[in-house]
Amino acid sequence: MTLDPGVIRKDFPIFDRTIRDGKKLVYLDSGATSQKPNAVIDAESDFYRNHNAAAHRGAHQLAEEATEGIENARAVVANFLGGSVDEIVFTKSSTEALNLLAYSMGNAPAGNLFHLKPGDEIVVSEMEHHANLIPWQQLAKRTGAVLKWFEVTQSGRLDLSNIDGVITERTKIVALTHQSNVLGTVIPLAQIAKRVRDVGAIFILDACQSVPHMPVNVKALDIDFLVFSGHKTVGPTGVGVLWGRANLLNLLPPFLFGGSMIETVTMTDATWAPAPRKFEPGVPNMAQIVGLGVALKYLTKIGMGAIHKHEIELTKYALDAMSGIDSLRILGPLNTEMRGGAVSFTLGEIHPHDLGQFLDDAGIAVRTGHHCAWPLTRKMGVAATTRASFYLYNTTEDIDQLCESILAAQKYFG
Amino acid sequence: MQLDNLYQEVILDHYKNPQNKKLSPNYDAQVHHVNPSCGDEIDLNITIKEGTVVAITWDGVGCSISQASVSVLTDLLIGKSISDAYRIFDEFVALMQSKGAVTGDEDLLEDAVAFAGVSKYPARIKCALLGWMAFKDASVQAQSKG
Repeated sequence: MTLDPGVIRKDFPIFDRTIRDGKKLVYLDSGATSQKPNAVIDAESDFYRNHNAAAHRGAHQLAEEATEGIENARAVVANFLGGSVDEIVFTKSSTEALNLLAYSMGNAPAGNLFHLKPGDEIVVSEMEHHANLIPWQQLAKRTGAVLKWFEVTQSGRLDLSNIDGVITERTKIVALTHQSNVLGTVIPLAQIAKRVRDVGAIFILDACQSVPHMPVNVKALDIDFLVFSGHKTVGPTGVGVLWGRANLLNLLPPFLFGGSMIETVTMTDATWAPAPRKFEPGVPNMAQIVGLGVALKYLTKIGMGAIHKHEIELTKYALDAMSGIDSLRILGPLNTEMRGGAVSFTLGEIHPHDLGQFLDDAGIAVRTGHHCAWPLTRKMGVAATTRASFYLYNTTEDIDQLCESILAAQKYFG
Repeated sequence: MQLDNLYQEVILDHYKNPQNKKLSPNYDAQVHHVNPSCGDEIDLNITIKEGTVVAITWDGVGCSISQASVSVLTDLLIGKSISDAYRIFDEFVALMQSKGAVTGDEDLLEDAVAFAGVSKYPARIKCALLGWMAFKDASVQAQSKG
């Protein structure tokens, strides 16, 4: 199955506009957020126009329709990930989903599976996005647990040479990114999962950069929790997803308290609704949840396998083309083996901000800076990088334009 | 090219040949400022004697805008009275916040008017202000000691 980005682009109205005085938009920043197809934009709008009411409340038709809308979306997400509907928690973002896990675990009393005590260990890696580092770093500080991490090699891979020394019998939580948002590196999940199982720890996967780009089935991965973000998955902003094994979600204490997450309430006590409701207080981001359901249906129709294949081809094309540019240094794997479509690089002495500005003037949108992974950029020995990231609507012409403009920038700042 | 409004010759010159970019061992106050959105960093030392800025030295990493801006600042403010330096500081900050509506008072700002184009690029204003905010911070600290 192949995919024609020329056809796909017609579904995304943003490609009808121009940038900086009439230039064609070359959008190479999907790692930060993806563009949205008409179907998603229309679904959000349709919810507000025709079905808006507070879901899970009220005895009227609109409330029923709103409830049905988000519960249908939950079924779509469950199907997309290979989980079941009671395992899907909607949050406002993947960042919130990771904080939900960290705070809920921090709330777990002694005797609860998730309870942390001084000397317990939490394992992350040097290539985590801040959203999958700081919640664990701070949880460790609050509980007296010890934060440990896998280092990253100069070629941009996790250093697993001492995996048994990093993940030990004291390890309670292992939280890792599936695919680095900076380097594009995909981690060897099966090998790590086996070690996590051997020591009986909880395995949390930050799948923000993998779920939008490749087939991901939670049942095949031998993990316990997974988070991903709606807006990176051609869906709306304001919605994230937490998947967790049903038995674990039931044991996990709630994080945010309020309406609709309860079973009974008195002035002095409360009990909780079963998961996922226990983790969804307040009126949810309904239009966004509905939009996410439509986004995942859109991706499913094209095929996650086809999307992944397309991105691998683009990545190979980009790695080959960019390797030929003088003084351009790619950070991360130089081939497409266990690697996704985010290519970070430096360009001699030209600062990424200046390069990004130059590319913007040509209509090319890239990300510059430390990409919310400051410890990683420091480890790779650079202050900042420029990142081009690809998605289903990108073409090899996009990459040609990127390379042409990089050469022009070298002349301009040279 | 629209970009030339941003990257004026003066800016690229200062970027390639930064002035006073060597931290002096003697100073009244030293500050370290970062731009957390991009990781740009600057160390800045200042010496103030009898109400006059006697020395500003610095070191840092960052984009051409942030590096050139602090270089221009040192050229402009060394030798000025603190009250004149603050007048220039206020004018520069106002220029950065002008969204391209003003060109800046050239008598006051001299080479720093070259940064007028930056104000049209909201993401870059912080770059241009990094060194200036470091100067303000350092000068306040130096005076509170004195």
